[in-house]
Amino acid sequence: MTFGTPAYDIAHLLGGGVLLLSFVLLYQRRIDAVINAFAVQGALLAAAAAWQGYIQGAAGLYVTAVIAVVAKAVLIPLALRHVLGRFGLQRAVEPALGVGPSLLAAVALVGLSVLVVLPITAGQAQALTREDLALALSVVLLGMLMMITRRNAISQVIGLMSLENGLILGAVAVTGMPLVVELSTAALVLMVAVVGGVVVFQIRGRLETLDTSFLHRARGEEPPA
Amino acid sequence: MLTALSLTLAGLVMLAVLPLLALGRGWPVGAVVHGGSLLAAAIFAGCGLAALLGGAPAPQALMPGSWAPMLLALDGLSAWFLLLLGLAGACSALFALSHYGRAPARVLSAYPLFLAGMALTLLAADGFTLLLGFEGMSLASWALVAADHEQAENRRAARLYLIFAVASGICLVPAIGLLAAGGEITFAAMREAPPEGWRAAAVLALVVAGAGAKAGLVPLHAWLPLAHPAAPSHVSALMSGAMTKVAIYVLARLLLDVTGPAQPIWWGVPLLVLGAASAVLGALRANLEEDSKTLLACSTIENVGLIAIGLGLACAFRAADLGALAALAAGAAALHALNHALFKSLLFLGLGEVLHGAASRRLDRLGGLIHAMPWTAAAVLVGAGAAASLPPLSGFAGEWLLLQALLAAWRVGDLAFQVLAVGVAAMAALAAALAAAAMVRLFGMAFLGRPRTPRAAGAADGPWPARLALLLPAGLTVVFGLLPGPMLSLAEGALQALVRQDVTERATIAAIRVGDGAGAYMPIGIALLLAVLGAAIVFLVKRRAPSGVARSPAWDCGFIAPPQHLPFGDPITQPSAAGLGQPLRRMLGNPVLAVHEGVTMPPPGDPSPARIEAGFADPSDRLLLAPLARLRDAVVVRTERLRDLTLAQCLMLPFGTLVALLALIAWLEAR
Repeated sequence: MTFGTPAYDIAHLLGGGVLLLSFVLLYQRRIDAVINAFAVQGALLAAAAAWQGYIQGAAGLYVTAVIAVVAKAVLIPLALRHVLGRFGLQRAVEPALGVGPSLLAAVALVGLSVLVVLPITAGQAQALTREDLALALSVVLLGMLMMITRRNAISQVIGLMSLENGLILGAVAVTGMPLVVELSTAALVLMVAVVGGVVVFQIRGRLETLDTSFLHRARGEEPPA
Repeated sequence: MLTALSLTLAGLVMLAVLPLLALGRGWPVGAVVHGGSLLAAAIFAGCGLAALLGGAPAPQALMPGSWAPMLLALDGLSAWFLLLLGLAGACSALFALSHYGRAPARVLSAYPLFLAGMALTLLAADGFTLLLGFEGMSLASWALVAADHEQAENRRAARLYLIFAVASGICLVPAIGLLAAGGEITFAAMREAPPEGWRAAAVLALVVAGAGAKAGLVPLHAWLPLAHPAAPSHVSALMSGAMTKVAIYVLARLLLDVTGPAQPIWWGVPLLVLGAASAVLGALRANLEEDSKTLLACSTIENVGLIAIGLGLACAFRAADLGALAALAAGAAALHALNHALFKSLLFLGLGEVLHGAASRRLDRLGGLIHAMPWTAAAVLVGAGAAASLPPLSGFAGEWLLLQALLAAWRVGDLAFQVLAVGVAAMAALAAALAAAAMVRLFGMAFLGRPRTPRAAGAADGPWPARLALLLPAGLTVVFGLLPGPMLSLAEGALQALVRQDVTERATIAAIRVGDGAGAYMPIGIALLLAVLGAAIVFLVKRRAPSGVARSPAWDCGFIAPPQHLPFGDPITQPSAAGLGQPLRRMLGNPVLAVHEGVTMPPPGDPSPARIEAGFADPSDRLLLAPLARLRDAVVVRTERLRDLTLAQCLMLPFGTLVALLALIAWLEAR
C-alpha cells in the first residue's frame, strides 16, 4: 500500500484532517467554537479508525470507531456545552500566548515530529504507518501546546482530550495492536473526562472562575491574595 | 532441573501471597510459609549440588511466552552460589519455623520473596533477569528490615537501607546497559563483545559501586551495622550469609566472567583496595561494637572484604597469565564465600537464640550463658572458632589460601602491583587477627563469666527445630573445614567460569598444596593432632586431679557480697564490652575511627559519680553520608522553587523536556 492507492490516500486524508482540526482548535477565540472543533475532530478520528479497520480487516477497530463517535463527537461536547450553559460562563477564550505565536509554535512542532518519526521508522514499517505515526505525534504535541497556551480550564481539558485523540490515532494506525490496548485507552479517556469535569467544577466552586491563572495564588503556603 | 527451579520460584511467589489472603483469619500461615521456604531452600541446595556434580543444564526461558526473553542458566558459578543460598536459607527457615511463626503478614510474605529474588539473581542468564532478581531481593529485604518499624532507629535503618538499595540499582542498570552495548542482553552475547576503553572503566566503576554497596564494601557499608540488628534474626542471618554473597556473585559474574578474560591488571585493583579497607575496618569495628548483632554485621564487612581481595587477586593473576595462581585466589574467594555463609548464618541464628532466651542483644546484659544454653553455646563456639579462622574449622582454609595467593603476588611483574599486594597482605593478616580478637570478645562476653542480668541467668535453649537450625550449620562448618580439598574440586565449575582454570590436581582429600609442593594444608592431620593433644591433656589433668569434685562459689576478687537487687553479682565487677575493646580502640582506632574518650568529673563536694564517655565514628558517616545529606538538602531547596511555578509553567516543564528529547532524537538521527 503506497502513495496513490485509495486506501493510502483516504487514510492519509483522515489523519491529516485530525491534525488540521488540532490547528483549528488552536486559533478559536470562543469556547463554543472550540467545543465544535473538538467534536469534529472526534468524528474524523472515528472515521479514521473505521477506515483503518476496513483496510486492515480488523473488526476491533470498528469498536474503537463507535466509542470515538459516541464519546468524543457526541457525549463529551454535549456535556461541555451543558457545563457552559449551566454556569453562564464567559464565552471568550483568553489565550496566554497569542494566536499567531501559538500557530507558529504548532508548525514548528509538526516539523519536529516529522523529523523524528520518519527517519526512525525508515525501512521498518509501511509508508502509511510511518505517516500516521508522524501525524499522531503532531496531534499529541499540539494538544499539549493547547493545554499550555490556554488559561481557561475547559480549554485545557479539551487540549488534554485532543492529545488523547492523537494517541488513539497512533494506536489504530499500527497493524496488530491488540484490542485490549484500545479499549483501555478508551477507558482512560473516560476517566480523564470525568477527572477533568470534577476539577472544573471544583475550580468553579472555589474560585468563582475557570481562569486557572487564579489557581497559583491559592496554594496554601502563601497568604491568600 | 531448570524447570524444577522455575517451579520453585513460582511456588515461593505463591507463598508470598498466602499471608495476605489469610489476613485476620487465624490460619497457621507462619508454619506453611517457613516450611515451604525450607523446602525451596533444600531444592536450591540440591539443584546446586547436582549441577556441580553432574554438569550444567542448557539455558532455558523462565516463563514460556513471556514478553521479555528471561533466560535461566545454571553453570558452575551459579550452582556454587545456589548451593550456598540453599544451605543458608534452610538454616534460616528452620530457625524461623520455631521462632517466627506468629510474625506479621508483611514479614511472612516478604520472606519467600527475598529467597526467590536471590535465587533468580543467581539463575539469571541475561542482564534483565539479573536486575529483576536483584531488585526483588533488595525490596523484599527492605520490607524485612522495616519489619519492626515502631522503633525510630529501625525506621532509620530501613530508610538508609532503601537508599543504598536504590543507589545500587541506579549503578547496576547503566552497567548492564554498557555491557549490552551490542543490543543483546544475554550473558553469552555480552561475553562475545567485552567492553574496552572508557566503557570498560565505566562498567568497572558502576559494578563495583552497585554490587559493592549490596555486599558491604567499604565506603558503601554504612547500612550493614544498622540493618542487621533491625531485621529479625533469621532475616539477618540470611542477609549476612546469603545476600552479601549474591552481591559478590554479581560482582564476580559481571567483572570476571561477562567482561571476558582479556582485561588488564588494574581491573582487579579496585577490588583489592576496597577489599583490604573493608577487611580492616570491619574487623576493627567488630572489636568495638557493644551490640552482638552489630558486631556480627561488622565481621561480615570484614569477610566480604577478604572475598573481594580474592576476586581482585584472581583478576590480576589472570591478566598476568598466571593461571594456577588465579585459580588459587578464585578458589580462596569461592571457598570463603561458602564457609562464611554457613558460619555467619550460624552466628546470627545463635545470637538470635540468645536474644530469645536472654532478651537482649547487648553484650553488657548477657554473660554466663554457657550454663543456661549449652547447645547454643556449643554451636556458637564452633561458629566463632571458624570466624576467628582457627585451623581445623572452615574459616581457616579460605583465609589460608587467600594469604598464600597474596604472598605469591610478587610473581606479577608490575612493581606497583607488587607493592600494593604486600600492603594488602599485611592488611588481610591484621584483619584476620582482629577478627579473632572480636570473636574471643563476643564469646567471652556472651557465654562466659557470670550472668549480668537476671534474665540472662534464666535463659534456656530453644525448641528442637531451632537447635537443629544451629547444629546443621555447625556440623557443616566442621565438615567443610575438614574437607577443603573436595570442596575446591566441587567448585571446579565455578573456577572454570571465573578464571578458566581449576585446582583439581592441587586439592586432594587429605591436603591442599600451593606453589611447588612446599606449602600444604592438611586439615585432617591437624585435626587428628589437635585431638591427640587434647586427649593427652585431658588424660593428664584427670590423672593429676584429686578424685571427687567439690563445687564452691567463684572467688569474687574480694569484693563485698552482691547487693540484694543484683543476686548474680554487680555487673560492674565483670569486664564490660567497652572495656574489653578499649586497648584496641586506643591503639588502632584513632586515625580511622575518630575515637574520642573523656572523663567527666563532678564538681568538688558533689557526691555523684564521675563518668567516662568513649565512642567512635565510622569514617563513612563523616566523609560520605554527611556530604551527601548536605547535597540532598541543597537539591531540595532548589526543587522547592518549582512549587512556586504557575500552572502553565508546570505544564511547560514536561512539555519542554519532551520537545527537547524529541529534538535530540531528530538530531541524532540526522547525524
